[in-house]
Amino acid sequence: MRKKSFIEGFAAIPHVVWLILFVILPLVFVVYFAFTGPDGSFSFENVANLSRYGHIFVLSICFALISTVICLLIGYPLAYFMSKTKPKTQKMLVILLMLPMWISLLIRTYSLMAILDNGGLLNSLLESLGITRVHIVGTPGAVILGMVYDFLPYMVLPIYTSLSKLDIKYYEAANDLGAGNCKTLFKVAFPLSLPGVISGITMVFVPSISTFYISQKLGGGLFDLIGDTIEREFQNVSTYNIGAAISLVMMILILISVAVMNHFSEGDDNEGGIIV
Amino acid sequence: MKVLSRIYIPLVFVLLYMPIIIVILFSFNEAGSMSHFEGVSLKWYVELFEDETALKALGNSLNLAITSSLIATVIGTLAAFGINKMRSRWLSGAIRSITNIPMMNPDIVTGVSMMLVFVAAISIPFLNLKFGHTTMLIAHTTFSLPYVILSVLPRFQQMDKSLSEAALDLGCSPAKAFFKVELPLVIPGVLSGLLLGFTLSLDDFVISHFVSSPDYQTLPLYIYNQTAHQVKYSMYALCALMVFAILALLFVVNFAGTIGNSKKAKMHRVR
Repeated sequence: MRKKSFIEGFAAIPHVVWLILFVILPLVFVVYFAFTGPDGSFSFENVANLSRYGHIFVLSICFALISTVICLLIGYPLAYFMSKTKPKTQKMLVILLMLPMWISLLIRTYSLMAILDNGGLLNSLLESLGITRVHIVGTPGAVILGMVYDFLPYMVLPIYTSLSKLDIKYYEAANDLGAGNCKTLFKVAFPLSLPGVISGITMVFVPSISTFYISQKLGGGLFDLIGDTIEREFQNVSTYNIGAAISLVMMILILISVAVMNHFSEGDDNEGGIIV
Repeated sequence: MKVLSRIYIPLVFVLLYMPIIIVILFSFNEAGSMSHFEGVSLKWYVELFEDETALKALGNSLNLAITSSLIATVIGTLAAFGINKMRSRWLSGAIRSITNIPMMNPDIVTGVSMMLVFVAAISIPFLNLKFGHTTMLIAHTTFSLPYVILSVLPRFQQMDKSLSEAALDLGCSPAKAFFKVELPLVIPGVLSGLLLGFTLSLDDFVISHFVSSPDYQTLPLYIYNQTAHQVKYSMYALCALMVFAILALLFVVNFAGTIGNSKKAKMHRVR
């Protein structure tokens, strides 16, 4: 019996080989490039030069944090209200929520730009109403709006999943014991849906901090975020090393923040995943 | 609370859908403008279908999505089977954590890290590798694998072990037991993994952006290149078509899902 299960474990070998070649090896390459110069010799120069990119990191983290907070503020009430509707309505709303996730991010960002652009629909509407044109594309607000618009469903869905699994008896008990609706929401529902909130925050923060299409389109190329910088440095062989160093730092930043957040939500880590 | 919910839910959904709906409407705009609507016309769709690069990109996208999701499903299903049978919890845990790396990492890091490996591999003469179809196939298979395993592994874990033991006791070879007993039981997970891989591959832009070459474009890469500098109205037409395609796919999947469920129900009845 023992021997048989040993042999059956071999079925995983193609996968393990694949992981080593195309997951582990690439990460080793990132570390290697981050700590070598363009000539291939070991150096700390790239990491030392990272301070020049400090403002980019700060800006990206700010943008990603702001859009994550806005997503949470808009998304939590939506998820909460959704979980309170009739089961049939819930099913339909979940499909409606997932549909945008299946539409390419490029398309959604581009649609938003088409509306907000200087010659876009919004400005022609404002003009016909006799209001002066607004300049939106190319402002920090536009980039944040783009992130919120693109990633909001990723915040709502895990929170909704957490909330919809809650036993209704919790609410009843809270109400019986004299808690009002608001108090029930903050003292009962919110703490119990924390795993969903954490997973939602991760799912908005990670793509927000690493995006480059949103800042290119809606930022009008005026804002350099981490994603833009990495993308640019990898256009040219001579700057691969600094690009790798930036990627490495971003990866470590994200790993740390994910680890910290998972620390706050103990228990079932499968809760509220997007996989249905 | 109830009134607030009645207003809030529709409001957010309308805002969420408005840009896409507006773009679909304006893709039929004769004028080729986002500011005024002149008349319904299919001229941007005609322009799109006359563009050979667009059609080639569509072909590449479909080809890549089908092959990469099939490869990922085969490797991933075998891996899920193996991981489930492993005695060493440490080993299976380690494999699962590494499997999840491409899912946790930002796409851009996955993209550039694979690009670095491919750049190195290209300089090895006997591999005869170049950026294009092969590198894209490898990359797409890699980021689909964790999703396949995520949807197949729970099926293996939930399966009653005595079923395959019974098959072996009754004289099945291990391979026959796998194909006759275990595989049919995990097939829903395998199919959803396949579908997930297919859609992820169709949708991927960031990783493809780093591992493809200019002469091998998929649809997202084509959209990116077309929208890089100026506004092109045929792109609105393409966006509209892709949204319709997704709607159709969702419809088919839901429909297939109901058939699958009724089949399952029938099996229950027989038992």
